[in-house]
Amino acid sequence: MLEIKNLHVKVENHEILKGVNLKVNAGEVHSIMGPNGSGKSTLAQVLARRETFQVTQGEVLFNGKDLLAMKPEEAACQGLFMAFQYPVEISGISNAYFLRAALNAIRKYRGQEEMDAMDFLPFYKEKMKLLEVDERFMTRSVNEGSSGGEKKRNEILQMALLEPKLAILDETDSGLDIDALKIVANGVNAMRSPDRATIVVTHYQRLLNYIVPDFVHVLVDGRIAKSGGKELALALEEKGYAWVEAEGHTAPVAV
Amino acid sequence: MGTDTRTLEAIADREYKWGFVTEIDADAAPKGLNEDIIRLISTKKNEPEFMLEWRLKAYGYWSKLEREQAEPKWANIKYGPIDYQDIVYYSAPKSKKDGPKSLDEVDPEILRAYEKLGIPLLEQERLAGVAVDAVFDSVSVATTFKAKLAELGIIFCSFSEAVQSYPELVQKYLGSVVPYTDNFFASLNAAVFTDGSFVYVPKGVRCPMELLTYFRINAAETGQFERTLIIADEGAYVSYLEGCTAPIRDKNQLHAAVVELITHDNAEIKYSTVQNWYPGDPETGKGGIYNFVTKRGKCAGVNSKISWTQVETGSAITWKYPSVILQGDNSVGEFYSVALTNHCQQADTGTKMIHIGKNTRSTIIAKGISAGHGQNTYRGQVKILKNAVAARNYTQCDSLLIGDKCGAHTFPYIEVKNSTARMEHEASTSKIGDDQLFYLQQRGLPKEDAVSMIINGFCKHVFRKLPMEFAVEAQKLLSVSLEGSVG
Repeated sequence: MLEIKNLHVKVENHEILKGVNLKVNAGEVHSIMGPNGSGKSTLAQVLARRETFQVTQGEVLFNGKDLLAMKPEEAACQGLFMAFQYPVEISGISNAYFLRAALNAIRKYRGQEEMDAMDFLPFYKEKMKLLEVDERFMTRSVNEGSSGGEKKRNEILQMALLEPKLAILDETDSGLDIDALKIVANGVNAMRSPDRATIVVTHYQRLLNYIVPDFVHVLVDGRIAKSGGKELALALEEKGYAWVEAEGHTAPVAV
Repeated sequence: MGTDTRTLEAIADREYKWGFVTEIDADAAPKGLNEDIIRLISTKKNEPEFMLEWRLKAYGYWSKLEREQAEPKWANIKYGPIDYQDIVYYSAPKSKKDGPKSLDEVDPEILRAYEKLGIPLLEQERLAGVAVDAVFDSVSVATTFKAKLAELGIIFCSFSEAVQSYPELVQKYLGSVVPYTDNFFASLNAAVFTDGSFVYVPKGVRCPMELLTYFRINAAETGQFERTLIIADEGAYVSYLEGCTAPIRDKNQLHAAVVELITHDNAEIKYSTVQNWYPGDPETGKGGIYNFVTKRGKCAGVNSKISWTQVETGSAITWKYPSVILQGDNSVGEFYSVALTNHCQQADTGTKMIHIGKNTRSTIIAKGISAGHGQNTYRGQVKILKNAVAARNYTQCDSLLIGDKCGAHTFPYIEVKNSTARMEHEASTSKIGDDQLFYLQQRGLPKEDAVSMIINGFCKHVFRKLPMEFAVEAQKLLSVSLEGSVG
């Protein structure tokens, strides 16, 4: 599904990613952990094709296609979704209008017929139920006046509706209380299937109690310093990131 | 410079698609302005004596202003001197008789021009529920649905026709809201105006359809000076729409119109404008329309209401302040505006709300969008006079910037002479951000659609006030006008 080879990324002459290698297969859930400033969010945003980052070396294949040559909307239409760490407010545009426009942009790209409001609404309502979102939410402006937790829940609601092949969750757990965390995790788990993959970027192990990963990678100073199974997250929780940093740069583990 | 800025700058480069010229024979006066030209206009239009007198008084007043170089200088706009002797003040499509009596007599070239604009005049093809008056250069060429309106006693015709058929109404109301001494351009208009629309809705009648006037400047080096007068008698209601386009020319053209609205007791007028005059060359602004317009309504009666909605996307320069004089007790004035400036466009626009009666209320919602090198100014005045007990005003003006070479300016003037007044003023300035665009694109929307969506959200409160078909047209116009400002 996704293959990252020796990815180097700069922002304003400052190298943030220094040779990241990662392979994600369909059906897998990967977690990327790491201390602040290790490059986790940069990696997520580069994959989502944010243009402020400069790729200086390396290659990323998404379903065999050159991801780095795609515009953000192309990557989205190819089935890549990112749940934002800081979702943006769009004043005057309702959630329902926005999501239907997004869904139809993707359908159009794929040569599918656009969905009219009559078909869209029941579909949207079903997903709202899954994420325990009140129906009145449909007519509210996108993320305007929402709490941090509501915004994060809206991200997962959008993901559930757009049904991506690869979902990247960028610190979705930050700002969520335990109940909201469970609801969000339920939403993500409901999407798990053999033909989809998920990358969960997180600082803490907490979310991984609910979204259990197949693989955990620790990003330190722009490189993946350690990879392992879900037990690695527990070890990190116990020993802290300093433990991995102290181990030095072990050879990247092929997964 | 962020990628965003470059992106945003690239949306606006689509050509002006209404820029075609129609080849027709025109009957035009020689260039220049003097008493003879005014007499010529009055004679051509076969006007009664009172009209000529009024025009000559206006001309006298205007020439004095011109000698004193009293063209208004306070607006936040820049343009070279206008040579008022280098303008053609009268140009009419040539016709065999005095004017077309029915659509069959209208030059087919003109009908085709209107069809290109999406305004078919042939009634059977027309959208039901909209009556159209089409003004081509300075002359009204066709008014549709006249007979149906007449059954209800509603008069909807060209101004020239009103002068012939209803001189007593014209004499009573002409200049009663905007006197010829009002300002430089209003004086000029009073002296030389050639046509426009006239509406009278009698007591207790609700006009069942939208009335639409479509203005088109075709001839080169012609000024367009139209005058619109709308009267809603006691308990009457009318919704009036105005649309404007012009061909691409390489010389700036002057458009100095005057609109007067009068509502009597319990009457309501809703006036909507979608203005898309040629904005001029994208690099230099050359050839665009100077839109110097005076629009004012008077809520003369109690419980009456006047509502202005405008979407201003065209013109090289826009100078206009649709205003309401709230004279009747409990009367209501509203102003909803979207003004967009791109490339070298300049707009200095806003409103005046003059509260005279008790319990008068006014609402102002102004949205300015600036892109390219556009300069956008909101200028608004709210005046509460001594006897206006318990007057209320709510003002909100928001500016949206696209790119880093444009400007937004806000000049609110508030004058309160009665301590029971309640005033609210809100203002904001924002920029379309990288973050917003990236968010929408990440959800699959192409960049230009993302920009349109953000702008439509920004303008929502104003678009909601427009009649349905106009709202759709306005949304399309905004995205076309911005194409290329995001790239």
